[in-house]
Amino acid sequence: MKAEQQYIELYREAAETITQRSCPVMNAERDAAFGVFQQQGFPTQKVERYKYTDVAAAFAPNYGLSLGQLDIQPSRYIYSFKDSPINLAPYYNKIADGADSITALNTALAHEGLLIYVPRNEHPEAPIQIDNWLRGTAATMMHRRTLILLEEGSEATIVMNDKADHPSPHFLTTQVMEIVCKANVHLDIYEIEETTPLCSRFSNVYIQEGRDSVVKHNVITLQGGLSRNLCDVYLQGENAEVTLGGCAIGSRQQHIDNNTLIQHQVPRCQSNELYKYVLDDQAVGAFAGKILVEKDAQKTTSQETNANLCASSEARMYTQPMLEIYADDVKCNHGSTVGVLDQTALFYMLQRGIPEAEARTLLKNAFMGQVIDQIQYRPLRDRLYVKVEKRFRGEHEKCEDCRLCK
Amino acid sequence: MLEIKNLHARVAGKEILKGIDLTIQDGEIHAIMGTNGAGKSTLSNVIVGNPVYEVTEGSITFNGQDLLAMKTEERAHAGIFMSFQTPIEIPGVSMTNFMRAAVNARRQAQGKEPLKSTDFLKLMREKRQLVGIDQKLMNRSVNEGFSGGEKKRNEIFQMAMLEPSFCILDETDSGLDVDALRIVAEGFNKLRTAETSAMIITHYQRLLDYIKPHFVHVLIDGKIVKTEGPELAQKIENEGFDWIKAELS
Repeated sequence: MKAEQQYIELYREAAETITQRSCPVMNAERDAAFGVFQQQGFPTQKVERYKYTDVAAAFAPNYGLSLGQLDIQPSRYIYSFKDSPINLAPYYNKIADGADSITALNTALAHEGLLIYVPRNEHPEAPIQIDNWLRGTAATMMHRRTLILLEEGSEATIVMNDKADHPSPHFLTTQVMEIVCKANVHLDIYEIEETTPLCSRFSNVYIQEGRDSVVKHNVITLQGGLSRNLCDVYLQGENAEVTLGGCAIGSRQQHIDNNTLIQHQVPRCQSNELYKYVLDDQAVGAFAGKILVEKDAQKTTSQETNANLCASSEARMYTQPMLEIYADDVKCNHGSTVGVLDQTALFYMLQRGIPEAEARTLLKNAFMGQVIDQIQYRPLRDRLYVKVEKRFRGEHEKCEDCRLCK
Repeated sequence: MLEIKNLHARVAGKEILKGIDLTIQDGEIHAIMGTNGAGKSTLSNVIVGNPVYEVTEGSITFNGQDLLAMKTEERAHAGIFMSFQTPIEIPGVSMTNFMRAAVNARRQAQGKEPLKSTDFLKLMREKRQLVGIDQKLMNRSVNEGFSGGEKKRNEIFQMAMLEPSFCILDETDSGLDVDALRIVAEGFNKLRTAETSAMIITHYQRLLDYIKPHFVHVLIDGKIVKTEGPELAQKIENEGFDWIKAELS
């Protein structure tokens, strides 16, 4: 319990300050969550859902805890928990898996929360964009907490960017995001990570869907050090639909671990998953995705695909698609592939005079195109084509239209 | 000028070329005919630098340069082009992006600036019309969803875009009907200049009716065993290779 010890001590020292700066709805869950963490510690690689990532090692450095206040100007749809227009108690820390150590630690240490709330039948005209920017010179950790609540019949497009200044010190982020979609909700949510090799991210996303809701969640890992993204989806209303997309580009010593669980709890729901990885140098990728179809979830349709390209001989990919089905009238497919760049295509391009590095970039880009193609929000899709291509060319990108980059 | 001397090559440990000598002067067209497995495709792949084939002995020079010391893409920049027997499909890479990368890489090797987008599209349009290839194919991925004839025509289109000085047509006639064959051959003839040389690999006289060779070589078991004028192709068409094999034994 070495790595855990400093967090246990930290909590004992800082709990009072955290509690003072936080709000009752968060404080109500805090001690119990700490109890879970204290008892379990960090998950070892014997814990099934953490078998591809050494969590304790990532948390071992001595990080300072960021207790700064978020400057959230209450605006329509975006609030800090303190300014919430609704009672959060029925939602906060309810669909998150309290037995997950990372979620427990986040619940114990997070002092502020971000709420995105879209009232019944409202459709915000513009997408909601949240930028999380890591800046500073000392090793720091952030514990982010987000609740997204979409009332019946509402729609939203949400883009979340994780960025960091280059170069950066060691940064560690945990994120717990609970997404509650009531009946007939349409949500498109994108998470784009562009940080540095010294950044670690542990993200746990929990999505609950009501009847006739349609959710698309895409997680795009372009730059980072250690990226761990867990996403659990609970399909609880009939005819609900979820699409999970993942685009992971790893080079050097990057480690990218996506872990998903989709629970079909009621009949006639649909789920689609497509995760693609391109790994270069000594990068390591892992994908484990489970589709669980419960006894009553007849007429379920589900497609899970994980396709991976190892562009160097030292890159490693672990892939584990899983189906667990207790209903008898379902249509479920899953498949995964790990391959190398198509050598005949490469030779064809070289014969036309395309230099090898350029040919490899074109092929990697083409491979990833399938995930980017399914992004609905056009300006983001166009932007990601550019970002992904620049990533393969090894260029860092400043977003020319963003005031933070200037 | 391409000069091949005592070329030996193998693939997967098996020796295929067993001493090829061949000189192709500027402006000359040489046809290579031979039985299946004689080494025709190996010869063309070795010239362009396919890494699957290993040269064990001999030399190839192209305009005085040691071709075997050059990378595949450098050989392309020097002006060597191969029309593939089976053109490769590249899902996700559009014809336009593929051609732009190829044309600009060649220009860069020649010390020229990359083409401006408008000039590039104009060049595409001109060459497309020259070889009669449909605009809609240009928006697709390379060779994906192309018919057999469209793929072969696309090879000639790429040749038009890259303006090579030495072309290899590796069984460009296979899988083509008579009309498609004529269009492809006419396209090639339009592109030829007085300096362009070519090596045409074929099983049939048919293609040579359209593209007149100066020399016809017969390749059997990894060696060129007979070299004559264009009339040799007609004789092979009528009588096959057995009489040549009989001469050898």
